[in-house]
Amino acid sequence: MSTENKQYTVSIYTENNIGLLNRISAIFQRRHMNIESLNTSPSEIDGVSRFTIVVNITESQMKKIQGQIEKQVEVIKAFYHTEEEIIYQESCIFKMRSNLLFDERQIQNIIKESNARIVTVNRDFFVIEKSGRKEEIDLLHRELTVFGIMQFTRSGRIAVTKDEMKISTMLKALQH
Amino acid sequence: MKETQTIQNKTKATETTERISGSEAVIKCLLAESVEILYGYPGGAIMPVYDELYKYQDKIHHVLSRHEQGAAHAAQGYARISGKVGVAMATSGPGATNLITGIADAQIDSTPLVCITGQVGSHLLGSDAFQETDIVGISTPVTKWNIQVTKAAQIPEAFAKAFYIAKSGRPGPVLIDITKDAQFEEFDFKYEKCKGVRSYKPVPDTDENSLKAAAELINNAKKPLIVWGQGIILGKAEEEFKAVIEKAGIPSAWTILGASAIPTSHPLNVGMVGMHGNYAPNVLTNECDVLIAIGMRFDDRVTGNLETYAKQAKIVHFEIDPAEVDKNVQTDVAVLGDAKASLKSLLPLLNENSHSAWHQKFKDLYTIEYDKVIKNDLHPTKEGLTMGEVLKEINLQTKGEAAIVSDVGQHQMIACRYAEFNKTKSNITSGGLGTMGFALPAAIGAKMAAPDREVVMIAGDGGYQMNIQELGTIFQQKVPVKIVVLNNEFLGMVRQWQQLFFDKRYASTEMVNPDFVAIAKGYSIEAQKVTERKDLKAAVKEMIDCEGPYFLEVRVEKEGNVFPMIPTGASVSDIRLE
Repeated sequence: MSTENKQYTVSIYTENNIGLLNRISAIFQRRHMNIESLNTSPSEIDGVSRFTIVVNITESQMKKIQGQIEKQVEVIKAFYHTEEEIIYQESCIFKMRSNLLFDERQIQNIIKESNARIVTVNRDFFVIEKSGRKEEIDLLHRELTVFGIMQFTRSGRIAVTKDEMKISTMLKALQH
Repeated sequence: MKETQTIQNKTKATETTERISGSEAVIKCLLAESVEILYGYPGGAIMPVYDELYKYQDKIHHVLSRHEQGAAHAAQGYARISGKVGVAMATSGPGATNLITGIADAQIDSTPLVCITGQVGSHLLGSDAFQETDIVGISTPVTKWNIQVTKAAQIPEAFAKAFYIAKSGRPGPVLIDITKDAQFEEFDFKYEKCKGVRSYKPVPDTDENSLKAAAELINNAKKPLIVWGQGIILGKAEEEFKAVIEKAGIPSAWTILGASAIPTSHPLNVGMVGMHGNYAPNVLTNECDVLIAIGMRFDDRVTGNLETYAKQAKIVHFEIDPAEVDKNVQTDVAVLGDAKASLKSLLPLLNENSHSAWHQKFKDLYTIEYDKVIKNDLHPTKEGLTMGEVLKEINLQTKGEAAIVSDVGQHQMIACRYAEFNKTKSNITSGGLGTMGFALPAAIGAKMAAPDREVVMIAGDGGYQMNIQELGTIFQQKVPVKIVVLNNEFLGMVRQWQQLFFDKRYASTEMVNPDFVAIAKGYSIEAQKVTERKDLKAAVKEMIDCEGPYFLEVRVEKEGNVFPMIPTGASVSDIRLE
């Protein structure tokens, strides 16, 4: 088992209960592990939530964490995946001054070439949204930084696996 | 008001309902779960429940502790000796936080507890109201499960789940926090016992192939060693375990919480492993060819340095909690599941064996340990009473039938090393958390759960004073527990470490103690102090013969050390005898 740190995406299927985020994040905290990104959302099954957590740790640590997560009463199942095993997206929003749209023509090219989209424009500012891989968002951020970004925010990672998730059948059974 | 069938028939759920308050529902939930004893301390935010309890005092015996920590430990002692769920109750804020040490102790020692806390009114939550704490947040890392209830209608389901989760699979503590308005609110009560939680699988399936692989390794082993833990006791697998070791003829050692699962005198019982365990099983851990761990979790106090722990051996791990497998020690074969069922299935797959040459190695090393350590502990010739000789006298006079509740420190290691256990569930101590102050309240709970058993508490002068206020509980409840304080006027274990590893710099470990006998007598507890060897036997006899509670202080040698010892971070085979 590799002893090098790697980026893992952890998918956790859980009951949608108060306090569970605290329980799950505490598992990382007490081992002094930093969470790179975290997203919670409904899953494909009604009433079942899905956490998507990105961490940089060794596989051995990852396996132990997976065990500790699955041990929580309200966790149905936890999986972890390498970058190659998933398709993922992140999303981000930039708020910029409106005059840049007219004064800096390059901005329009950047938006177009990066497949971002303008969400809204008003007299004072405009808002750009971009979804994509981490590197694409990083690139857009670098390109827009030079013009001055009023506000920037990005989401946690959301991901699906390339292979069939083994939990699908189990979760279907839980629906009844 | 009509009593529901649910309450009268504790296993059958019905659709019958009755309109009652949330606080009355709490009591009815406890009755439905067959709770007879409740340890706690009242206060503002839990007063409605206490008010209802007044009405039900003929059905549930409430034990007023003198501190909520005492209530939690008493509930632990009750749970550990009875195998049932212990229940503790406290008010919000400081009442709730005072339970936390007991909850954390129960979590790490897998003790089934249900803790109930009152909470400020739901409209005040998050406002820093009087005696408000986020007890759900605080207790999250040290509970198996917890929940805050803000509506009375949530109470039955919360309690049903709480009891189910606390006692199923690997047991543990749960906490239910109930806002004051939920305690007052009325609703249509009905109770249905929990039979399962969708996301929770208490016992993993046992893979038949892993059982066969385990059996093959065990059958082919020339030098097998079993290390068993509390999983045998929690899984009620004592008989199956005994059958397995007797058929396969495997020397078997125990972790501190596994003690008493089989009698001390059993010929295959080769003693305790770990920091102050026996010489033979520790040394031979690094010589065995197959190490079979059953219901234990490879705690660092057991393994010492993991880099050198049993590296030559194939590791077989029988475990109910999948998260424990490969957590500290990499296994070759893991058999997941309940110990009772797994060992029952394993038995027919095992060959009969005796391993007599291998056993001889344990006997040879025991002789060395006896000459260098045990003889001096149990049969000292020099001046100054030893802790070991006190234990020996207690063994003699209780004939190994007593439950020993020990605190944390040198006396604990001595108690675990030398107490003789003929019955299971006889060693009640704080293993994983090492909680000083555990023993006195835990002994109260243990004695109340098993009034027919002799319960002898052993503490040091330090730990005894950490919850000494519980003498008041003993006084009020008339619990005939036997209290033995081995007084060396030191925080003995820390002093030992200071002596061995900090150049004898005894920083803040010397204790100036009060008159313990006078304090006990102040609570109307019979008491005496022994300072001479010649008086020990008669004093222990007087204690055992006493029908009520009894306090015995024994002034032991001031700077006695506990050996053998594996220094922190050393290998188990580097165990020191002096």
